[in-house]
Formats: sequence, structure tokens, C-alpha cells
Amino acid sequence: MAVTDDRVPAGSSPTGEAGYGPAALAAAEGLAPESSQLGDVWRRFRHNRLALVGMGVVAVEVLAAALAPLITFSNPTTNNTTLGPTGPSLTHWFGTDLLGRDIYARVVYGARVSLKVGILALVIALVIGLVVGALAGFYGGVLDGLLMRITDVFLAFPYIVAAIVLIVVIGRGLNTVILVLGLLGWMPFARLFRSSILQIKELEYIEAARAVGCSDARIIVRHMLPNAIQPVVVYGTIFVGTAVLSEAALSFLGVGALEPTPAWGLMVAQGKSFMSTIPGMLFFPGAAIFLTVMAFVFMGDGLRDALDPKLR
Amino acid sequence: MTEPEPLLSVRDLRTHFHTDAGVVKAVDGVSFDVMPGEVFGIVGESGSGKSITAMSILGLVPMPPGRIESGEILWKGTDLLSATDADLRRIRGKEISMIFQDPMTSLNPVYTIGQQIAEIVRVHNDVSKQEARDRAIEMLELVGIPRPEQRANDYPHQFSGGMRQRAMIAMAIACDPDLLIADEPTTALDVTIQAQILEVLQHASEETNSSIILITHDLGVVAGMADRVAVMYAGQIVETGAIDEIFYEPRMPYTWGLLESIPRLDQRRGGRRLQPISGSPPSMLRPPSGCRFHPRCPYSDGDRCVSDEPSLIELRFDRQARCHYALQPGWYSPGERLAVAEVEWDVLIVAATDRSAAPDVDLPDDLAAREQVPETLADALTASQKPGRRRSRKS
Amino acid sequence: MSIEAAPTDATATTGPLPVEGMPGRGPDAILEVHGLTRHFAVTKGAILRRRVGTVRAVDGVTFAVQRGQTFGLVGESGCGKSTTARLILKLLRATSGEVMFEGRDVLPLDKGATRAMRADMQIVFQDPYASLNPRMTVRQIIAEPLVIRGVRRDDARAKVLELLQLCGLAKEHGDRYPHEFSGGQRQRVGVARALALDPKLVILDEPVSALDVSIQAQIVNLLEDLQDRLGLTYVFIAHDLSVVRHISDKIAVMYLGHVVEVADRDDLYEHPRHPYTVALLSAVPIPDPRKERARERIILQGDPPSPVNPPPACRFHTRCWKAQEICRNVPPPLAEQEPGHWVACHFPEERSVL
Repeated sequence: MAVTDDRVPAGSSPTGEAGYGPAALAAAEGLAPESSQLGDVWRRFRHNRLALVGMGVVAVEVLAAALAPLITFSNPTTNNTTLGPTGPSLTHWFGTDLLGRDIYARVVYGARVSLKVGILALVIALVIGLVVGALAGFYGGVLDGLLMRITDVFLAFPYIVAAIVLIVVIGRGLNTVILVLGLLGWMPFARLFRSSILQIKELEYIEAARAVGCSDARIIVRHMLPNAIQPVVVYGTIFVGTAVLSEAALSFLGVGALEPTPAWGLMVAQGKSFMSTIPGMLFFPGAAIFLTVMAFVFMGDGLRDALDPKLR
Repeated sequence: MTEPEPLLSVRDLRTHFHTDAGVVKAVDGVSFDVMPGEVFGIVGESGSGKSITAMSILGLVPMPPGRIESGEILWKGTDLLSATDADLRRIRGKEISMIFQDPMTSLNPVYTIGQQIAEIVRVHNDVSKQEARDRAIEMLELVGIPRPEQRANDYPHQFSGGMRQRAMIAMAIACDPDLLIADEPTTALDVTIQAQILEVLQHASEETNSSIILITHDLGVVAGMADRVAVMYAGQIVETGAIDEIFYEPRMPYTWGLLESIPRLDQRRGGRRLQPISGSPPSMLRPPSGCRFHPRCPYSDGDRCVSDEPSLIELRFDRQARCHYALQPGWYSPGERLAVAEVEWDVLIVAATDRSAAPDVDLPDDLAAREQVPETLADALTASQKPGRRRSRKS
Repeated sequence: MSIEAAPTDATATTGPLPVEGMPGRGPDAILEVHGLTRHFAVTKGAILRRRVGTVRAVDGVTFAVQRGQTFGLVGESGCGKSTTARLILKLLRATSGEVMFEGRDVLPLDKGATRAMRADMQIVFQDPYASLNPRMTVRQIIAEPLVIRGVRRDDARAKVLELLQLCGLAKEHGDRYPHEFSGGQRQRVGVARALALDPKLVILDEPVSALDVSIQAQIVNLLEDLQDRLGLTYVFIAHDLSVVRHISDKIAVMYLGHVVEVADRDDLYEHPRHPYTVALLSAVPIPDPRKERARERIILQGDPPSPVNPPPACRFHTRCWKAQEICRNVPPPLAEQEPGHWVACHFPEERSVL
């Protein structure tokens, strides 16, 4: 359900005995909602431990990325070839890599890279997805058919292979990765948004907006978007996590970020040769990827439950 | 003549819901009896607790968040609230069955209508598959479904709304229950279909000799169906009595308000406006102090009504009203006052024109000034005596 | 199966009723609806769409509404009354017909002119929960018609205050969201929005049917007050015949896309002539036990037929106790049988059932 409303249709229970869930029940008995919508969302979110942990991890990461120069002690791209790869020490908490660069600094700065990729890729995917979904859902008919077939075609691409081919065509680099992740990631947004729009389109307040003379653009932006955005918010959160993972994978495969960018995927790729001797080279960036992805996924799950308690 | 035993006896039932926002006292001290063979109406608006009362009887209240805090539900003498699950299952569907407002959500979409009725029969009776199916078809025929042998093989979505409700009734009476609980059985239906369903319901209860608890917000439906009525407001019963008593001699201002606020199909408007009840029903999280209706009651005294919760006052046998002033002489509804005023006025006119016909009537001084019988309600009200006290309108 | 707009199906065996004269005519018609028709094609198949039927939702609806009066439109679900409302307002495109508002056909108007027309004709919806955008404050909702027409912020603010007051809401209600209100209050917001542009005609689409009994009367009285104060004309659509009798001056009864009877309020209720009107009136329970016990009730057999490929000629013949051969073959014209009383029936007969 895309629309929060205190009046919920009575859902059928699995026993088939009665269509009375607690929510429907409260609605049937006309209980007015007592607190604000956002407050409700937060209250439900708070009850989900994993989601809270996820949010904490993301918050720490955002802080680390923002304050990177203040909390690291060496430049992440300054070579120290005399030092070479070392394990954790007092001066280099996570050790140093092949070129003697401080892994701790690189992991912290790596958060900047990952978040940048995740968020910019999200923006690209979101914009394409919302436009396609809105047009398809709002106008329907032939346009809908066409846009949805295009979406299907995009969904049919094998993701990593398509990404690699595109990157090779466009040229390597972090910006290419962002573009490609966005171009290959908008389809679920389009589908989600379209289905929300289709539901909302039937509601009377859209008709009411039309009856007072709103233009199509205003109806979509002012009336549909804010009400259709919930599932998109949930998926968007998870999308950031998967984009981080995809970037790491591409960088690991050597088609993503370029040296000396402190990208976690690159660092893992380098560290895999030292897995037995200096495990920290693999472990720290690997853990960063793992934590980030899990954090966003947990947060997305928590958001979904909090935004729509009926789906659980 | 011995007093017949009630079939169902609900005593001081309290069903509360423990929500994040607080305790919702959806049903708060409800008591009533249902006698064999009668149609007992429960009338109320949404939020009055009428549906939760019904669900409590059958143990269908979701717990949590719901909880039955106290009370007794005596079914032929045994308390359903302390019955075992096995006992409850035996009673539910066989002795007491329920008809819901929306049959689509209470019929299982993946089984045929016939299968669903037959299954209920088989659960509660030791019969063969074929016997159960025959019984299902017999029931479908009884509720007026044409070509029942074939329609039994249809799935719920192949039935129209009215047909589904008929199927629900067929299912409900398949095990020959003693009590049918119909929760807004016709609210989702069009009026011509409603008339059919009400007739089917009446017919079904006569065939199976069962009592009905009819839950509805529609005063017209109770007027045509019920023998006795309970009016519910804010989780409590505020008035009970025989159907005619509730409609013609109501003693609780909420009932007055309900009766005055609905437009009448059968009456010319004659320049009248509707008389709405002001405000809205209270939140059951924080019901008002004193009489729960006092914030909306035009007759509230601003004192006792606000501070003391009135109990259900016994007016006579089987007739109660929850109002401090229910026993006060002249505590009449506006409609009744109008009728009384008209009679009084007629007497005055007779007395004025023919003193010998009514020698002991005191003629008011201004009688000559008043030229004719009052025509409008407002005029009649001015002419009639006010109930008990002066109206204390809160601005 | 899917349903979409379709041109009139020429091969159909069923069609609109012929109309003689203009039902509801009078000296000062603000709205005249002429042969209004909307068909939906029912198709099967995702790619190769086969047409399997036509929903004749509204089929040749004709009536006139007098300025300052309330015109009631009653019927059961699927009779086309709400579709008619949407066709008049151009929220749905009509298949054919005319909607004359103050003497001008609004159906062929272009986008800009339609927008201008919408200032004069407004609608209040049935469901006060679904008709208000949950993400907008009440002030934003009421001000929207003004804002999109470029009314200055201060002026819009002042107008919203005036409207809130007019509709019995408090000033501070403006900053709240719809979910903080009860159904009755929400409906007041819906009314305020409809009045923001000072319309001449307001279509009320089941404005009280979603509300509790005690609240319905509040909204009905509000609507009546507003009509008196602002000189509004109403088209009141409802399935509740008691409310319609209370509020309307003239009433049209619809059945399966056809108007079957039009008459003055009391004339219609006291002297119904179309068998469907008779059955409908007799089916409504009256909150008066003695009267209920004494009443005879006409119980119609079966369900209303599906509006997909409805019965030919008189659409009521499948459930009518008086149906003859002619009812199945010849559509009965909607004709003025008594002054001001139009009936579409081959065998009309006055019958009081109240």
C-alpha cells in the first residue's frame, strides 16, 4: 500500500473466519489516530533493533566520510614504498598496503567513495525510474505498454556483464561506474512507482485535484509523488547498499575505480594476494563493504516495516 | 407462566484494546439477554462497540491487542469466556454462527460455495461427503439461490454481492444453529438487495427456529426486523427495550437525537431542517467523564451529567435507559412532546369551544390570542411543556 | 479482462431510451444534459485485444437543472449516477451527448476553457478519507484551486479563512492534516475546497453516505445553509432515498444507465409511476416499527443485470412483474405523463408504497 490512511480496508485473515485485523478493527470502531504520521513511523522503526543498528552504522560512516581529514593521520594516496605492506601497528592501525599507504586512512576515505557512488547512482536511477514510472502509470495505454517493455528489456540484461560491457565502451573510471549503475538500476524504481501511481490514480483526491483544474504535471508532482514515494524510499535505501556492493565488485574485477582512488573494491583486490600473510589488507576493506551493505539493507527493511505495518 | 431461560446472557462484558496510544475501552460493561426465537437488535454508530460485542461472544477478538477484561458470556448456562478451545469450536458454527458485512472476505476464494458449506456440515456432524453436499444444496435452495445444484460448484467471485450474502446465510444455518449473529449483514448491499436479504434472514431463522442478534446502524432495518433493541454509545448500552418502546417512548437523549436526525422517506419535509446531534462520537481512548453523551447532549445539566456516570436505570421490566433523568416525569423526546402537545392543544380547543365537554380544563389566559392548532414542531414545542428542566445550551 | 473507453457500438441490441421533451425543464435552467452517453469496451487479451462487450454505463441521460434548486439523482450501484457526474464535469470523456452549462456546451471545450469552466462547476466526493490528499494540510487543500489560478498568497489566505468559517471549521484547523479529523470534519474540508472558486453549480456525489447517522444531518444542514447563502445550485447524487427526499427539489431515478423517472420531490415519493421506483421505495426500511409492520414490500427477484451488454429495450424488464412482450422489444420513451412528471414505462401505474 502506498498511501497511509487510518482507514484500512478489512483484510481477510488466513482462517477465512473474519476480515478483522487489529488495524481494520480500530478503523471499524472509528478510532481517530492520536499521533502524527512521522511520529508513528519513527515509533515503529525504533522497535526494530537491526534497523537501528543499520542506521547507526550509516550515521558513523557518513560522519567518517565528512570528517575524514580530521580522523586520519596520513594521506590515503601518499606512497611509502620503503614501508611496503605491513600488518596493523600503532602508527598504522589497519596496517599498510603494497605501496605503503595507510589502510585505515584508505578505508575511511573509501567511505567517501562508496557513499558518493551509492548516492549519485541512486539519484540517476531514481530520476529515470520516477519519470518512466510516472509517465507509464499516469498516461497508461500504449505509452505504458512501450515503457514497461523497455523496462523488461533492461531487466533482462545480465547485470554485471552489461555493466562491464558498458564501462569498456564508455571508458573506465568512478564516474562511469556511477553512470552505469544508475542506467542499469532504474527499472525497479519505475515499476514500483508505476504501481503506486496506478493505485493512487483511482483515489478521489486525484479526481478532486483535476476537478479544481490542476494540470497533469501538478497532479503528478504535487499529489502523486508524495503519496507514491514510500516504497521508493524503502527500495532506494536498499539500492544504495547494493550500489556500494556493485561498485566494489566492479572495482575488484578491475573495471571500476582507478588507482590511486581509495575504493574498497580495489583494496580487496589487492589484499587477496596477501590473504595468508597480511589478512588485514583484505579484512578491513572487506568488512567495510559488508557492514555498509548490511546497514543499508537493514535500514531499508526497517523502513518498510515502519512505513507500512500491514505488510509484515 | 414460568419465565423462559435466556439463550445467551452477556453480563458486564468489558473488551479493551491495548494499543500503543493507550487502552481503548471498546466494550465497557455491556449486559443483555437474548431469548429463544427473538430478534435482538443492537443499534449504534461506528465506534459504539456493537461489532466488538459480537466478536467477543464468538471469541473472535484478536488478542493481543484485544483483551476481555471481565464479564461473563453465558451460553445456555455455560460461560463461553472460560470454555476450552474445543468447546468453543464445537459451539461456534454449530450452535452460534455469524454473518458478516462483507461476505467476500469471509468466504474462501479457492473453494466452491458448495464445498465450503459442506465442510462446515462435516466438521460439526458425523455425515458422509455426499450427505454434506446434499445438505449444502438444500441450504442454498432455502436461501433462494436458483439452480442450487449448479451454483454450488461456483466460486465466491462468480457470485454477486447479494448472492454471496445468501451463501453466507446458507453457511450460517447449515448446522441448524440456535443463534445467528448478523453484523451489518446488508450494509454493503443495495436497497432492493437488502430487502431480499432481510427476507431471507427472517425466513432462515424461522426455518431453523433460531434467535438473531442483528447489529446495524440503520434504524429502519431494526424497525422492520427486531423484537427488542439495545442502543449502544461509546462502548456502553444506553437504552434497551421492546422495539416500540425505543422508537415511540425513548428516554435517553442520544436515542432522541438519532431518531430526530434522520430524514424520513415517508414524510413531507414541510420546511423542516434536520436536527443533528452536535459534535462527534468520543475517542474511546479517553471517554468523557460522567455520562459519555454529555458533551453532545443538549439537555446536559452541566453538573451531575458531567461528574456522575449514570447507571442503566430500570424503567420497568426489561426496559432500561442510561440517563440521570430517565425517571423524571415528562422526560419526553421532542417527537413525543409534539404528540403530547397536539393532544393537549386539542383538549384546549375542545374546552374553549364547548365548556360542557371539558369543564375541568383550565383555559390559559392567552388562548384567544392563539388562533389555531400549531402546525410546526417549533410552535408545538413552545406550546408544550419543556422536559424536566430548562434546556441548558452550551454555546 | 480490461475496460477502456470505446466508441458507441453500432451493433448493440440495446440503446438509449428516446426522450420526449426535457425532463426537469423550467424557466431558468443552469444545466441541461442532453443524450449523455458513456460506453466502456470490455476487452480480453493483453496484446491482441478482443472486444467482448460494452459497458453501457450511461446511455442517453437527459435532464435539466434549475438555477438555485437541488436536483437529486438516485439509483443503486452501477446505475451510472456517479459516472454521469463525472461526465458533466469532464472528469471522464463522454462518448456522445451534450452538457449545456448556462447555454453553452462544455464538452467540446479545449483545455483552457475547461479549466475556466471548472470555476463554475465543482464536486464534493463521497469518501472524505480518499478525497483529501493525506500529505497536504487543510489550508493547502482548500487553497489549491486558488493557487493554481495565480491568486495572491494573502488573498488566498484570507479566502481560506473565510471558507473554513463558512463550513463550520476553526481557523486553526487549517494547519492540520486530514488524518487528524473525523469523517464529518473532513467532509467539511471537501465542501470548502469545492466552494473556493465561488462555483455556481456543485455536484454532490454521495456526500453523506460515508458518514455516521448523527453526522449526516450536520452535513446536510451545512449544505442547505450554503445553498441559501450563496445561491448555489446542487446536483445531489445518492443511493439513500430518505436524504434525497429531504434535500432535493426535483429527482431523477436511474436504472442501468437510463433515467426511468423524473418528478418533483413529493410527487415522486407519493405517486411513483415507474415499477422500479415503486420497488425501490418499497424496499427502503422506514424507522417506524408500526409502519414497517403494516407495509407491503415489493421484493424484486434476482440481481440487477450486469451493465455489460444490458437487457434490450426497457432494461428493467428482467426484474419487472409487469413485463410484457413490448417491454423486451420496444424501448419505452421517457415521456411527460403528468405535468412535470416524466416516466419511461409502457405500463406506468401510480402506486403508493410509503
